Amino acid sequence: MQTAFSIAIDALAYGMALFIICIGLSLTMGLMRVVNLAHGAFAMIAGYIASYAVRDLGTNYGVAILLAMAGTIAVSIPLERFLYRRIYGAPQLTQVLMTIGITFCVIGITNYFFGPTLKTIPLPGFLSQPVDLGFRSVAAHRLFVMACGAVVALGLWFLIEKTAFGIRLRATVDNAPISEALGIRTQVVYAIAFAVAMGLAAFGGVVGAEFLPIEPYYALRYMVTFLVVVSVGGAGSIPGALIACLVLGAVDTTARYLMPEFGNFFFYAAVIAIVWVFPRGLLGRAH
Amino acid sequence: MQIEADTRSIPALPKHRGGAWRDVAGILLIAVAGAAGYFLFPDSLALLTRVTALAMLALSLDLVVGYCGVATLGQAALFGAGAYAAGIACVSGVTEPLSLLLIGAVAGAAAGLVMGGIMLRAHGLAQLVLSIAIVQLFHEAANKASSYTGGSDGLAGLTVGPLFGIFAFDLWGRTAYLLGVVILVAVFAALKFVVASPFGMMCRGIKEDPIRIRSMGAFVSPVLLKMFVISGAVAGTGGALAAISTQVVGLDSVSFELSANALVMLVLGGIGTLYGAIVGTIIFMAFEHVVSAINPFHWMTMVGALLIAVVIAAPRGLGGLVARLWTPSRHGERP
Amino acid sequence: MSDVFKVEALSKAFGGLTVSRNISLAMKAGARVALIGPNGAGKTTFVNLVIGQLRADTGRILIGEQDVTRLGVVPRVRQGLVRTFQVTRLFSDMTPEEHLILTVLQREGRASRILGGFRSDSTVTGEVEGLLAALGLLEVARRKVGEIAYGQQRLLEIAIALALKPKVLLLDEPAAGVPQSETPRIERALERLPPSLAVLMIEHDMDLVFRFAKHVVVLAAGEIIFEGLPSEVAANAKVREAYLGSYADARKHA
Repeated sequence: MQTAFSIAIDALAYGMALFIICIGLSLTMGLMRVVNLAHGAFAMIAGYIASYAVRDLGTNYGVAILLAMAGTIAVSIPLERFLYRRIYGAPQLTQVLMTIGITFCVIGITNYFFGPTLKTIPLPGFLSQPVDLGFRSVAAHRLFVMACGAVVALGLWFLIEKTAFGIRLRATVDNAPISEALGIRTQVVYAIAFAVAMGLAAFGGVVGAEFLPIEPYYALRYMVTFLVVVSVGGAGSIPGALIACLVLGAVDTTARYLMPEFGNFFFYAAVIAIVWVFPRGLLGRAH
Repeated sequence: MQIEADTRSIPALPKHRGGAWRDVAGILLIAVAGAAGYFLFPDSLALLTRVTALAMLALSLDLVVGYCGVATLGQAALFGAGAYAAGIACVSGVTEPLSLLLIGAVAGAAAGLVMGGIMLRAHGLAQLVLSIAIVQLFHEAANKASSYTGGSDGLAGLTVGPLFGIFAFDLWGRTAYLLGVVILVAVFAALKFVVASPFGMMCRGIKEDPIRIRSMGAFVSPVLLKMFVISGAVAGTGGALAAISTQVVGLDSVSFELSANALVMLVLGGIGTLYGAIVGTIIFMAFEHVVSAINPFHWMTMVGALLIAVVIAAPRGLGGLVARLWTPSRHGERP
Repeated sequence: MSDVFKVEALSKAFGGLTVSRNISLAMKAGARVALIGPNGAGKTTFVNLVIGQLRADTGRILIGEQDVTRLGVVPRVRQGLVRTFQVTRLFSDMTPEEHLILTVLQREGRASRILGGFRSDSTVTGEVEGLLAALGLLEVARRKVGEIAYGQQRLLEIAIALALKPKVLLLDEPAAGVPQSETPRIERALERLPPSLAVLMIEHDMDLVFRFAKHVVVLAAGEIIFEGLPSEVAANAKVREAYLGSYADARKHA
């Protein structure tokens, strides 16, 4: 029972961490139709910035998160302008190649500046303590990640469904030429959406670093995980991504607890099973 | 005008002057280059043998990506299937090298059948993701079944018998290299034949427009599945060659990274031409050998930059770029 | 003479929207039928239902005696129901000759063979040359399709369809997008289609319809509102209202 409970907590927190990182990718893939395999590279950059801020500059955790998000978005803007803009609407293979190239570059450059070792992001005191829930105590960080996930999900839903920007974004995605004729500056909309996605990747990279530790191969190691989660959920769907992250997070965590020697076997078996049954992803839209 | 086509006798189309001599020249060129490698780099034959094995992986990928238009990031599953099958057969007592290559080809073809069967169910992104999931699943399976595969330590201790009972696999890798070149040339020639056949043309048709092919009364999936099996046989042969020549099979032979690298090689050389697969492999491996020796992370940066450059500047690969520079006047000749 | 192609009470709805309502149609060998109707009449849906791209909710489709209602696109083609595309779908890197060789080999069930060369079979090449000559495509037979004129591409579309030796040919706007100067070539090709072939043409160009068809079917709002001789179409009040009326109105306003 104790094991089942801790598995459940870990699975939920891990799923939420995955969700925060992946939802940005889901948006770029579903709304902007870009298969951005370099998504994890941006989460990694954020992790490095946060680690540097906390350990070398001595800032507190919250400031480090903000710095990481700002820094990552700052890095992503020129990349969007000069590289990504060339592959909007390009064949999938082209997008895959370009973004793998970006990933490789980020890995090489990161290692040049920060070295090949694993970087920790020390948690502030109140997050590293256990919290007593009455019947059981849980690591505060796990609860924090879950809360962050919930806030991100609700915030995005609000942004896309309820704000003027959300309307412009959906219009652009639906039909870019007509939106342009209506006076929507689609390039700007894409740039903002891309920045939001990068900011979320950065946020997830930092708060999820307990689950997905920051090291130079981060971008490559989890590239597949992120891509898989998004397509299982159905690119562009927030609830789909949430369900996929929670289900796959649960499968992965449970398998690691109970049958660690199988590694990712069950994770990928689940992926194949789900894609087999739902070729468009759990909540994917028909195109 | 109205009856013109009826009354005039049908001017039969001239006989095709075979483009076959070009293929023969190309195949000879590869053989000559292979022989040159033997004499120019006698100390790097192990590396060159690996180039021939990986060239087969890139060729097999070209069949699927370049000729059928199915994007995959899991091609190493087929390569690894061949490598492990040959390796396991070898430690179980089959030491004749050509039999091992055959075992690798059959295992690769079987893996291709499985992979194609699963991947062809989906389209687009889901298909790409399935390919990744399959190679990862193979990877974990190979890792888990360590009693057969050696797990993360790799499958070592392959002692391959002499080729034809005469040529032993020597320390310098001469036999392995020459075997590699001969097999590569043979595979290349066979694939030239395959892609020029009605079947090859059908595949290119499917790549361009599957709806048109269906409306011609042909089912698409069986054709693609057939190509997956052929591709698997080629990749499996390459895997078996790698296993024989290095006498060890590691988990990296069935990895996402190798799949991605194979795609990079293919793209560097040019997709959709068999030559591109070989050229790309040579370029990639040469750079890797030089740069990676200095610093493996510089190597990643460089491959990354190269990929970005290729996507932006030479979408048809360096091979396509060279071909374009080579014949700049062709466009001018057209009336 | 029995019908080679028959559609019985075909209906299709998307959600609450009925796009095909109780459509029945029968064609004998040698029939020349034109299907016309204003935009949104459900012509495209009808084509998709007939070729098997869409499944009908109710009704039957027969090719000869064979009920193909439950079959997909490919088996219907193999039963002899062949269509051309409204917008050409050709392989831009292949030549017309290669298109036709591939099609003939496919018809004979040999197109996915690896052994047995591409151009070695003289009966195949002979048939292909015959088709190329019949449609006046010999001059461009060895040029890439991407380089030949659009009118010639339309002719190649028809040649490919004929190479499948169909019993029923569905021509989806054969003259669409073709410059005025090239339409006579298309019309000539249509005149010389095999006499025994049953042809159903979907077309906007009324001149072409009147010259080609011996029988006209008018579709409006998913229903057949008229069936009869071309000469009677214009006189029919319902048709005038549904189709020619709006056509005439459009001309007045233009």
